[in-house]
Amino acid sequence: MDLISKYLPYILAGISVGGQYALIAIGYTMVYGILRLINFAHGDIFMAAGLIMIYLAATMPLAIALPFVIIITVFIGFAVERVAYKPLRTAPRMSVMISAIGVSYLIQNLALYVTGGLAKTYPSIPWISDTIKIFGSTTKRVTVITPILTVVLIAALVLLIKTTKIGMAMRAVSKDFDTSQLMGIKINTVISVTFIIGTFLAAVGSLLYFSNYTAIVPTSGAMPGLKAFVAAVFGGIGSIPGAVIGAFIIGICENIIKSGGSSWTTFSDAFTFVLLIVILFVKPTGLFGEKATDKV
Amino acid sequence: MKTNNKKNSLLTIFILIGVFVLVFVLEQILPANAMLFTVLQKGVIYALVAVSMNLLNGFTGLFSLGQAGFMLIGAYCYGIFTIPVLERASVYQYFDGGIIKFALPVPIALILAGLAAAVFAALIGIPVLRLKSDYLAIATLGFAEIIRAIFQWDKLGPVTNGSNLLRKFPSFNDFNITDANGAVIIRMSTLVPFIIVGICVLIIVLLINSSYGRAFKAIRDDEVAAEAMGINLFKHKEMSFVISSFFAGVGGALLAMYQMTIQASAFKSNMTYEILLVVVIGGIGSVTGSCIGSFLFIACSEWWLRGLDSGTFLGINAPVIFRSGFRKVVFAVIIMAIVLFYRKGLMGENEFSAYGIRNFFLRIFNKKKGEAKK
Repeated sequence: MDLISKYLPYILAGISVGGQYALIAIGYTMVYGILRLINFAHGDIFMAAGLIMIYLAATMPLAIALPFVIIITVFIGFAVERVAYKPLRTAPRMSVMISAIGVSYLIQNLALYVTGGLAKTYPSIPWISDTIKIFGSTTKRVTVITPILTVVLIAALVLLIKTTKIGMAMRAVSKDFDTSQLMGIKINTVISVTFIIGTFLAAVGSLLYFSNYTAIVPTSGAMPGLKAFVAAVFGGIGSIPGAVIGAFIIGICENIIKSGGSSWTTFSDAFTFVLLIVILFVKPTGLFGEKATDKV
Repeated sequence: MKTNNKKNSLLTIFILIGVFVLVFVLEQILPANAMLFTVLQKGVIYALVAVSMNLLNGFTGLFSLGQAGFMLIGAYCYGIFTIPVLERASVYQYFDGGIIKFALPVPIALILAGLAAAVFAALIGIPVLRLKSDYLAIATLGFAEIIRAIFQWDKLGPVTNGSNLLRKFPSFNDFNITDANGAVIIRMSTLVPFIIVGICVLIIVLLINSSYGRAFKAIRDDEVAAEAMGINLFKHKEMSFVISSFFAGVGGALLAMYQMTIQASAFKSNMTYEILLVVVIGGIGSVTGSCIGSFLFIACSEWWLRGLDSGTFLGINAPVIFRSGFRKVVFAVIIMAIVLFYRKGLMGENEFSAYGIRNFFLRIFNKKKGEAKK
């Protein structure tokens, strides 16, 4: 019982963070599945959603601000794809990755300029920021909501991919880019929809993630972004359930490490990468990844 | 052709000597705190790191993002071994003066910094280099983060000073020749880093032009074909990785000298991204491009575009727009433009040859002569 009361807060926090990572990781895994691109800018778009929330919440009531945050973030994700990735569709993969790094650099610097380099306080969203008690440990309500919301959103997403026409197109494009083009699938629409879904989930994730933190700085998005990407790789890139499971594992593990005391806190970030490297050697395709073969 | 090559390298040597002399003379004439020296010192360090990254990304085709990690190893290795014994108590104030009770001379520490990074690269190269393109990128990025976490670990505090600063080690200013009272007689604080980097880049260029370098390029262009031609893929990849890391380590040590302090938290993945962007600006696969790119990058970010941050730029005074951080935004937009529309960078895969410069000057000279005749 002692053990439970000691570790429960950490595990709860881990599940919550894991759910938030899962929402970001889906953006990575879907984009990689279709474009074979590590979208380095995804974590920064996630941070930008947080900043937009701060600025909008200061000027309008929360009920209006929330949908606006999501709409603006989705638009940014869409615009980034159109401006920075679409012109490079036939370029080597390295160029697209460099372009993604460039976008990440641009968004971070833009955020630095807009905020003036100061940490901005995140507004507390009523109800989800309230503290509640579970099994004797106090936590914010967002901790409980996150996993539930994550599961609901992902179920909806899986349904979308499995049953709708655009979902079928997505599956086709991720299987074979060129052939699906020949079959009359509008590649650009499919890619845009992928980015829109990815950034939508990242925006929701950002609302949940940052309500656990007091402030945002321009580099706030980099670490969660990288961790979510690792989660996507861990679960097998391109696989949505894989990304979700990977995200929960990373979230829980890093919080358990944090419970080990202050000298271990520096390793809570490094642990993620240890996990990444281990999985890349043991099973490079991840838990649920498809086996890829190189053709000459 | 052969004589042309000889002439070419001879001219290159002359131009390089000219650059060194120019730097030396400028240093004696201009005040020591001139912006030019900041740009030259930082630029030359970035040039070394960018060239080392280019060796890996541009010439061997290994997309690695671990440069900041290797720089961190180099910087720490240099700092740890060169802090004077007398100063150790004050630097390691939370760790009883640290456990290392000696100080090495600067040149040995620089080589040691490179070697430490190279050894580490050799170790992680064995598993990492089996991975392909973007997996390699993310794995090296991960290793860089792990290195950073290890150096910040407070259990290692007696060696690395935990998350506290390392300082008081010899910096570039210690290269100045001083008289007994400490007054500077001859300034060397910019020339010496130029010479160190010059030697390092020369080694890299010689390597690239050797048969190993040709093997690297073959691997870059087509791995399968290179293997079929009898090139040992792993051996050459590992070699490129280790050598690149060695020079990244030396670059890290030089950066530590330039900054006069070392803190692990500064060597984030953003640093790697910046260096990668320098390489892209200069042209992936061009050594001279990387050098020019880094000087341009540093000059723009430290000097020429400063006005964008402080209110007045090109005579336009608009404090509302030109405030802190705008410089970096403009900069990022320029970089994006290069990445999108000018994918080859400044130099593409070409080199800036002395012959080209000579022809260029001859043309100007002839033109002038022609004008004078009129």
